[in-house]
Formats: sequence, C-alpha cells, structure tokens
Amino acid sequence: MSQGTQPTATQPPPVDPAETATVGHRTPTATGRLSWWHGDGGEGAKRNLALIGVLLALFVIGAATRSDLYSNPDWVWANMLSILKLASVVGVVTVGMTFVIIGGGIDLSVGAIVALAGVWCTTVATQNFGAGGMIFTAIVVGVAVGLVNGTLIAYGRLVPFIATLAMLVAARGLAAEISDKQTQISHNGTINGIASTNLLGIPLLVYILAAVVAAGWVLLNRTTFGRRTVAVGGNPEAARLAGINVKLHTLLLYALSGLCCGIAAIMLTAQATSAQAAMANLYELDAIAAVIIGGTLLSGGRGTIVGSLLGVIIFATITNLFAINGLSTEAQNMVKGGIIVAAVLIQQVQFGSITQFFRRNRLTTS
Amino acid sequence: MTQHSRDMSRRRLLFGGAAVGAGVLLAGCTSNEQTPTDAQTKAADGNANAEPGKQVTIGFSAPAADHGWIAAITNNAKAQAAAYSDVEFKTVEAGADAAAQRAALSTLISQKPDVIVLLPHDGKELNSFGLEAMQAGIPVVNLDRAFPDAKAYRLQIKGDNYGMGVSAATFIAEQLKAKGVSNPVIAEIAGIDSLELTQERTQGFNDTLAQHGFKVTNRRAAEFTADTGQREAAQLLQALPKIDAIWNHDDDQGIGVLAAISQANRSEFFMVGGAGSKKAMEDIQADNTVLKATVTYSPSMASSAISLARLIGQGRGMSDLVELQVPKEIVLASETITKENAGDYLKLGF
Repeated sequence: MSQGTQPTATQPPPVDPAETATVGHRTPTATGRLSWWHGDGGEGAKRNLALIGVLLALFVIGAATRSDLYSNPDWVWANMLSILKLASVVGVVTVGMTFVIIGGGIDLSVGAIVALAGVWCTTVATQNFGAGGMIFTAIVVGVAVGLVNGTLIAYGRLVPFIATLAMLVAARGLAAEISDKQTQISHNGTINGIASTNLLGIPLLVYILAAVVAAGWVLLNRTTFGRRTVAVGGNPEAARLAGINVKLHTLLLYALSGLCCGIAAIMLTAQATSAQAAMANLYELDAIAAVIIGGTLLSGGRGTIVGSLLGVIIFATITNLFAINGLSTEAQNMVKGGIIVAAVLIQQVQFGSITQFFRRNRLTTS
Repeated sequence: MTQHSRDMSRRRLLFGGAAVGAGVLLAGCTSNEQTPTDAQTKAADGNANAEPGKQVTIGFSAPAADHGWIAAITNNAKAQAAAYSDVEFKTVEAGADAAAQRAALSTLISQKPDVIVLLPHDGKELNSFGLEAMQAGIPVVNLDRAFPDAKAYRLQIKGDNYGMGVSAATFIAEQLKAKGVSNPVIAEIAGIDSLELTQERTQGFNDTLAQHGFKVTNRRAAEFTADTGQREAAQLLQALPKIDAIWNHDDDQGIGVLAAISQANRSEFFMVGGAGSKKAMEDIQADNTVLKATVTYSPSMASSAISLARLIGQGRGMSDLVELQVPKEIVLASETITKENAGDYLKLGF
C-alpha cells in the first residue's frame, strides 16, 4: 500500500526519481557527470564543514569572552550538554520540517502542534492513564494534526503556507480551549524524569534527539521514501510521471512532521513539567531558520538532515553565548536574524561562485 | 486481484477502526475535571454597602490571553458580579488586539451599561475609547493598564509593578544581609521584555538593590510561559556556577524555572517569585523547593473593580472612607508572601 500506484503501460517507463529531481538544479556540463566533491554530496559536505566552522568560531568567542568559565573542563562539558539539551526539542521538530521543505512544502503549524499535543497529553483525564497514555496521546495528536494538514494540502489543493497558517491559529485555539488558558502541571514522575535523567552522563533528551536525527538521516538517504521526497520536491510533475503517488507522499510528509511535533511535545512538557497553549511559541520560525542555514533549498528538492541539526545547534549556541555573557535577548535576536541572512548569502554567493569557478577552470583546462 | 483487494479492505478496516478508536479515546482525554480554583470574591457582609441598592448593569472586557493571571481576572470579575443581587454583568470579547477590543466595546456603549470595567489590551491605544465612554456619561473603571489621559476614566485600579521589584529586592537584601553574604550573585528572570510592566518591575528591583549596595549579575527575559522560563533558567544556571538569589518575575513561568533548577540539581540559592499563584504559595508553604517567597500582583483587583463599579453605579462611597464617592485611583500594594503568611494568602492565589 505504501508503494503508491504502480506504473501502468500507459505511463512512461519508471525513471530513478532522484535522477529526475536533480535535473532541475544541476545543468549537465561538458565534463559529463560531476565528481562527488563537485556534485550535490560535495556541496552538502562543504556547507556542513562551514557550519562546523561557525560552531568552532562561536566556541572560540565564548572561550575568549568568558575565559574564567571555559578554563574549567567540567564546566565546558556541562555547557556543551546544556546546549544540546536546549537544541533537543527544536531539533526534533526540525527533522520533520526538513522533510516537509525538501518535499517542496512548508509547515508553519509545528509550534502550535507541539502546544496542542503538549496540552492534550497533560489534561487531568490523560494524566490518569499514566506515562504511556500521555506519550500515546501526544504522538497521536501530532500525527492526526499532520494528517489534516497533509490532506488539506495534497487532496484539498491548498497552498501549504495557507493551510498550515490556518492550522497554526486553529491548533493554538483548540489548545487554549482544552487547557482553559491555564498552565497544566504534569504530575507524572516518569514524564518529568525524561528531562532530568542522564545515561552515562549524557541527558536522555540528547539521546532522543540523536535517535530522531539518525532515523531521519536513514529515512532520507537510505530508503525509497527519502528518494521520493527529493523527487517530489524537485519536480512533482516528473515524480508523478515516474510513478510516484505524489499526493499520498505529500500527505505522509506532513504526518511525519506531526509525528516529530508529538515527540517534541513530550520532551518540552517534561522539561517545563507543564504545558500550556502558548508553549513552543515561534518554534516554526526557529525550525525553518535552522533548515535554511543548514542548506536545504526552500523551494524543495534538496537538503540535508545533518545541516539542519547543525543549524539548530548553532542557534542554541548563540543563545547560550548571550546568556553566559549576560547580554540582552534583543541583541541575541538581532544576531540570529543577521546569521540567517549571512548564511543564505554565503551559500548563494560564495559557494555558488566557488563551484562555478572550479567548474569553469576544469572546462577551460580540459 | 480479488485476493489483493480483499487484503486491502481488511487492512483499511483495521486502520480505520484503530483511527476511530484512538479518536474516541483522545476526545475523552480533553476533560480537565478538577476542583476549580475558588474565585477571589468578597461576600457581601454586614456593612451598609452590602445592602442591595439600585440595579446596576456592568459591562466588562478583558483580553483572552493564554495566561493564568488573565484567566483569573475574568473569573474573578464574573464571580464577584454574581455575588451581588443588584448587578447585571455583561461581558464582551476583547478580541485579539486593541483594534478588535475597541470595535467590541463600541457595541457595548450602544447598550448603555451603567459602568464599564475594562482591562485594555493597551492603555494608550484604548485611551480614546475611555474618553468617548466618559463623554457619553458612562463611568469607566480602568483595570491595571492605565489610560494616559485622566479624563478617560472614573476609577483606575491597578497593581504596582515597580513595587513588585521593590518588594522582591527588599526581601532578597534582607535575607542576604542576615546571612552575611557580601558581594552576592543575584540573578533575574524577567517576563516579556518589550512590555512596560516588565521594565517597571526591573527598575524597582535595580533601584532597591542599589540602595543596599547590590546589583544584578545576570538577567534573562522569558515570555511568561513555563517552557521559556525553563529555557532561560537553564541558560542562566549555566552562566552562573554559583548564585545567591534569583528573582523570577512571574509564577506561571516559575513552574519552568523551578523545573530547570531541579534538573540542574542546584540548591545553593533561594528564589523569589512574582504575581502570587496558588502553586507558588503551596510551594512556599511546603518549603521543599528553593522558592522562599513571592511578591504579589493579585488578580483579585478584578473582584475589587466590580465591587467599586457597583458603588459608582449606585452613587455610593467606600464605607470605611469619609468621602461620599469612590476615589479616582487605587494602587494595590505588592505584598511579600513567605512561609509564615502563605496560609493567609492561599485563598488569593490563582
């Protein structure tokens, strides 16, 4: 069933979807097939290296401005874990967002879904079912809202921007209705323990982030689902002709984003030991920003999970850097905005021109 | 093929059934039945003003924000109005912003209530509405967010944001001096930083600490929600390996702040809260967290506003005062709740 509609005799013979998708972005050159380094994989790797460079630079700035703290290795380790913990919730949301954006869509409702799932799983009635009931509720609510998004977009032909914007408003409204605008405290020790448990000195939240990122990476790079996602985002018409059920696939992408939001809702509820309708405010912007600076094309068809993860970690590191230096949140937000613009500019101008430069050189010398 | 489609339909049935089942289960899980927080009302007691008087229609409008404090404001106003047999209570939705609230309020004017009680989205933006209503002969009671123009309201009742900062700083300074701490590390977790009330609270806190020769070492602004409180507190704790005292502006976000503190296994300091939620008061009374005090900004002001609006509508004054009419401005004192008096204040927690 998940294989989608099989190509029939009237349709053109099946084409490797990934091959079709890349056609839109990479014009064939005289040298024929590009080597890995100069192709998509290489560009992704170079971009990720640049992001790691940014992280190192932030680390150096931190060490320079607060040398008193950074001189203590225990503190540095604890601080790195605290940055990863800070990144964990948005990180999980960002994995789902990466899939949606690579698939040519956008999900503005992620913050609202986290809030709705968080509120729904902390109602008195749900808490009576224990930790299992709370986790089940959060995940089912997340997936269900994602399915509604996906249905509206894939089968109702609504523009993703509009459909998920509507869901943002509606889901927060429903969350406010369910919670009666109150902060709902989680009394469940197991749920709250998710945020305070360490395994081998590393917080459980970080393991959850790692597991979701790993699963996302495998799904995107090593499965048909992932190749189809790239194909659908790169050129939906070509993907349809290649025999992919584009509508069903789009629906599944939004459900996947909803699933990530459900997981994130449990993590955030555990951290705050409570949930309320205004929680996870503007997470959609954090996630989209991380996806963009991670190098995923906003128009779809190309992107990396690792890049998105690095994007989230960079933002968390900036927040941490401003906190340890006691600087204001306003300045922090300005810097974040600047970094988004800078990242996109660097990707477009520098990497674009460097790749062009190498390519031109090879063409002339060969 | 028939085998295939039968499989499909069976699988669909299974999935459909599971989906419906989950839906039914979830719908049941929206229930939030628990003992409702008692509203902070004052029962009509023996004084002369308690006697039913002229029938008064009170129009009421407050924003529907996602915060326990605002929810308590509306609940209190409703409950206090219900306590009087001579009050008819008309509430209008305040909508999403100042413009929506103004539109809603203009329909209220046309219904000619005797008094309007109003917590505006923004005092400056709704100033003109206050003037309009007053000119139409309807007294306006401004709740908490002041109109700049004195002619725009008959009565203003509000909390004291600056005073909250003063009370918090006073408590912290006294405690630190009693402990003999010199050069203490004092941290602050504020609410939404762009709001005037946050700036006033911080101003009061800084001014008072300065009088004692102390200052804030590190300050982070959260957004009045538990998850942002947790986020900012976790970073603050990371920035300050040793802390002597923390002031957190808001008890709702304080749930997250306390969570971050326990997740980081820290307890070398004490914390003061803000606003005075029921949860905070219970924590202070139980004395098993770092939260040792909270400074009030009580939503009980909504109950008082309704009582005073009734008196204004009936042309009566406050029975303990000499004046024949209700005064024009009332600013609630920000009281400090500690373990000793938490029991008395618990009924005012929200």
